[in-house]
Amino acid sequence: MPTAAEPLLQVRDLRTWFLTDSGPVRAVDGVSFDVHAGETLGVVGESGSGKSVCAKSIMRLLDEPARIVGGSILFKGRDLAHLDDEAIREVRGREIAMVFQDPMTSLNPVLRIARQLIEAMTAHGRFTVAAARSRAIDLLRRMGVASADRTVNSFPHQFSGGMRQRVMLAMGFSNEPSLLIADEPTTALDVTIQAQILDLLRGLNRDLGTAVILISHDLGVIANICQRVLVMYAGEVVEEGAPEELLTDPRHPYTWALLHAAPRIDAEAEDRRLITIEGQPPDPRAWPSGCRFRARCPFAIEKCAEHPELLPVAAGRAARCWVTQAGGALHSPERARAGGGAGVAAPVDSSAAVPMLEVPILEVSGLHKNFPVPKEAFFERQRVLRAVDGVDLQVFAGETVGLVGESGCGKSTLARLVTRLHEPTDGKIIFAGTDITHASQAAIRPLRRRMQMIFQDPYASLNPRMTIGEILAGPLILHGIAGDAAAAATRVDELLDLVGLPRQSVRRFPHEFSGGQRQRISIARALAVGPDFVVADEPISALDVNIQAQIINLMVDLQERMGLTYLFIAHDLAVVRHVCDRIAVLYLGKIMEVGPAASLFARPLHPYTRTLISAAPVPDPRVERTRRHVPMKGEPPSALNPPSGCRFRTRCPIAEEVCALQEPPLLEAAPGQRVACHFPGRLS
Amino acid sequence: MSDIALPAIASPRTRWLRRYGLASFGAVIIVAWVLAAIFAPWITPYDPNFVDVAMRLRPPSASNWLGTDALGRDVATRVIYGARVSLTVGMVVVLVGALFGTLLGAVAAYARGWAEEGLMRLTDLVFCFPPIILAMAIAAALGIGTVNTVIAMLVVWWPKFARLSRSLVISQRSMEYVEAAQSIGFGPAHILLRQIIPNAVGPLVVLVTLDLGNAILVFAGLSFLGLGTVPPTPEWGSMVGEGRELVQQWWVATFPGLAILTVVMAFNFMGDGFRDWLDPHANRR
Repeated sequence: MPTAAEPLLQVRDLRTWFLTDSGPVRAVDGVSFDVHAGETLGVVGESGSGKSVCAKSIMRLLDEPARIVGGSILFKGRDLAHLDDEAIREVRGREIAMVFQDPMTSLNPVLRIARQLIEAMTAHGRFTVAAARSRAIDLLRRMGVASADRTVNSFPHQFSGGMRQRVMLAMGFSNEPSLLIADEPTTALDVTIQAQILDLLRGLNRDLGTAVILISHDLGVIANICQRVLVMYAGEVVEEGAPEELLTDPRHPYTWALLHAAPRIDAEAEDRRLITIEGQPPDPRAWPSGCRFRARCPFAIEKCAEHPELLPVAAGRAARCWVTQAGGALHSPERARAGGGAGVAAPVDSSAAVPMLEVPILEVSGLHKNFPVPKEAFFERQRVLRAVDGVDLQVFAGETVGLVGESGCGKSTLARLVTRLHEPTDGKIIFAGTDITHASQAAIRPLRRRMQMIFQDPYASLNPRMTIGEILAGPLILHGIAGDAAAAATRVDELLDLVGLPRQSVRRFPHEFSGGQRQRISIARALAVGPDFVVADEPISALDVNIQAQIINLMVDLQERMGLTYLFIAHDLAVVRHVCDRIAVLYLGKIMEVGPAASLFARPLHPYTRTLISAAPVPDPRVERTRRHVPMKGEPPSALNPPSGCRFRTRCPIAEEVCALQEPPLLEAAPGQRVACHFPGRLS
Repeated sequence: MSDIALPAIASPRTRWLRRYGLASFGAVIIVAWVLAAIFAPWITPYDPNFVDVAMRLRPPSASNWLGTDALGRDVATRVIYGARVSLTVGMVVVLVGALFGTLLGAVAAYARGWAEEGLMRLTDLVFCFPPIILAMAIAAALGIGTVNTVIAMLVVWWPKFARLSRSLVISQRSMEYVEAAQSIGFGPAHILLRQIIPNAVGPLVVLVTLDLGNAILVFAGLSFLGLGTVPPTPEWGSMVGEGRELVQQWWVATFPGLAILTVVMAFNFMGDGFRDWLDPHANRR
């Protein structure tokens, strides 16, 4: 650790507990770290690891029943943990600023941007209103907000998520704080916007010398801008070090697990199964006495029954692990998988997984879906939002087709059209030889046995008032698969076995399960009727990385065992690359490029595909430095009024005059790879 | 870790009392009133309609604990019998109104379009008038009598349940579990009745409980004005009405008034208790 000067922030043995009536929840339980002036420190960990509570403790933004029950937070000679309310207000905003995850709710919707920025500056008495105003405009300009002198008078709702996050950053930097805490600042944003915000954050740290604590669950984001990384697990720091070393040679099994659970966008996968650790994080009310990771650790030894300390393992590195402190290495994925028990079937080579592409099970042609938009004036012409605007797609039996794109590109709408939850405006959907474009719900009902859907939000997709048994038996009885209650119960047990949940789950309600378990229930429900085609709408995007890996493994297993066909919708390109045979890239309701996963990633022909791939971060700083980044300009235009000609031209780095005049057709540019671009492959 | 001073953790008993103490107190009062109403003939010493002019306007005494009214009837007996009418009317109005309003609102919200539009304008129409005035007008038009008054109250009662159930169903309808049910192939009736409504029941139960006291109060108000029950039926509102000019004989109006007060308060305590119980945020503390 650099010890040149006194650190800016010294956190020592911080304990923040939630003093609930049913006993203390030890969210942060003995965390120590330093932040030096001008440094960027990354904090990673899964949800519930205590990383956000830690950040809030530094700002003292804790609500009852959370309380700092021990430790100190030394900041410029003062202990923030023990300052009175008056004094901590002087620190907040002025010396330490914070940017939150959700840019939609962290700005006050009824106040203009200008007023919110000016108040942030005048509140500490450092600026007059006039000075604050001109500074607000300068700051917005610095944050990359176009024509800042005009937009400063807008209301927050007139800004997109990325723009609001820029405003939040402007507000954070407005009083020139010496420390900025960013709590998942890019999690709610699309990958291209995330790249822009991370670039901005890196530049601000470099130019203004503000120290940054960046909290994220995404190792790729951390690898991109941090000089030092803390890994948190179960309320403790389990590993600390520079990202170059920590991410390539982890010294704590939890870091190792995080690193292997996430598929990487820069690596071809030999096996679709990912390495996962089993089980759940321990209960924060009663941490286990020994190493808190022991129960899930594939490397655990006898000594792990004692609680390890965070001790140096190499120059500038520390880990809380007996195995690596004794010099052990963490390099045996095979052993972990054998211990994991999730992968039952042997890995198959990918050539066999690609099926015979003969008959499409689903054929979509010229599909449109328009949503009417409420009129703003009475005599106004009815405006429509073209959510899906002419999509042709074929899905063949046994393959996995990925559908990717930024939010608002129409991928979820397409999923709901294909499953006929929505009725298309125009076009044709043929499923298993039957035209279901405008078929009535009663007419589709028999086909629903063959076509099912898995939803994004594991908290909303299960009826909270029904037991798991009722949820799973419902489809069986509806479709007459189970003749009586006993037959249904037997089948429900089989389904629970299939997705790896205990049979006792039948009597329990959804709220008794974790997010990953609920997603297993959701999968079991979809499989109850024995479908051969499953549409999965962002099935893993609400889950922690290790749980994501478990669900991906489950879906891959089920596909092999039951010969399923997947239409897999996601915004995470690395995941899509990992699990899909073919990928379709959507932009503003249209397919930009479609082709086999391997060739699409090896040689993206559409500039949009190319920029999407380059915007996805890789959790390895060394690789990250050698990758060529194609910056994408601006934000996606509104689907109410898409640009003329090629709709990507407004953000395209290689757009020419013809792109505005002529819409490029989707043509085959390489074997099996079709592109809608006038200049396919020029940007590479 | 033993050096960290922790505030004492409340025992489960204290915690429960802190949250549900008032509600269970309310429940005890309601149960007591319901039992009193059911077993009125056995626990009252007199006939509620036995007129004895010689005994008129006696103050509370050993033989007449709550005194007698202008016709010499025992106030205590009449207050206990009065619970029969008040509680029955309150429950009928609120339960029938809630059932009708909830179903209508739920169907409107699920169907959308003109059905929803029409229903909501109808509720607007009812909301245009102060409820008690509208109920008075309808009751007066229908003629005096308990049944007519109940009908009048039902007319003004259902819209609030229709409004609430509509908004609850709209918020549930966009949940993914509804889409999941559709994609499995369930029909609209199953989705609405078996999946959505059970999730909307919580706030409705709270409203029903809070509203019971309100309905009893409105009915007592109508009876006080002479629109509810026909004399000599013992009813709290009309008893207060009969005693309103007897300032010296305070017991005639006070005790039925206290009966109204306890019942309305008890229902409100219970309603608050249900609300706390159903509130997921309050549960964590």
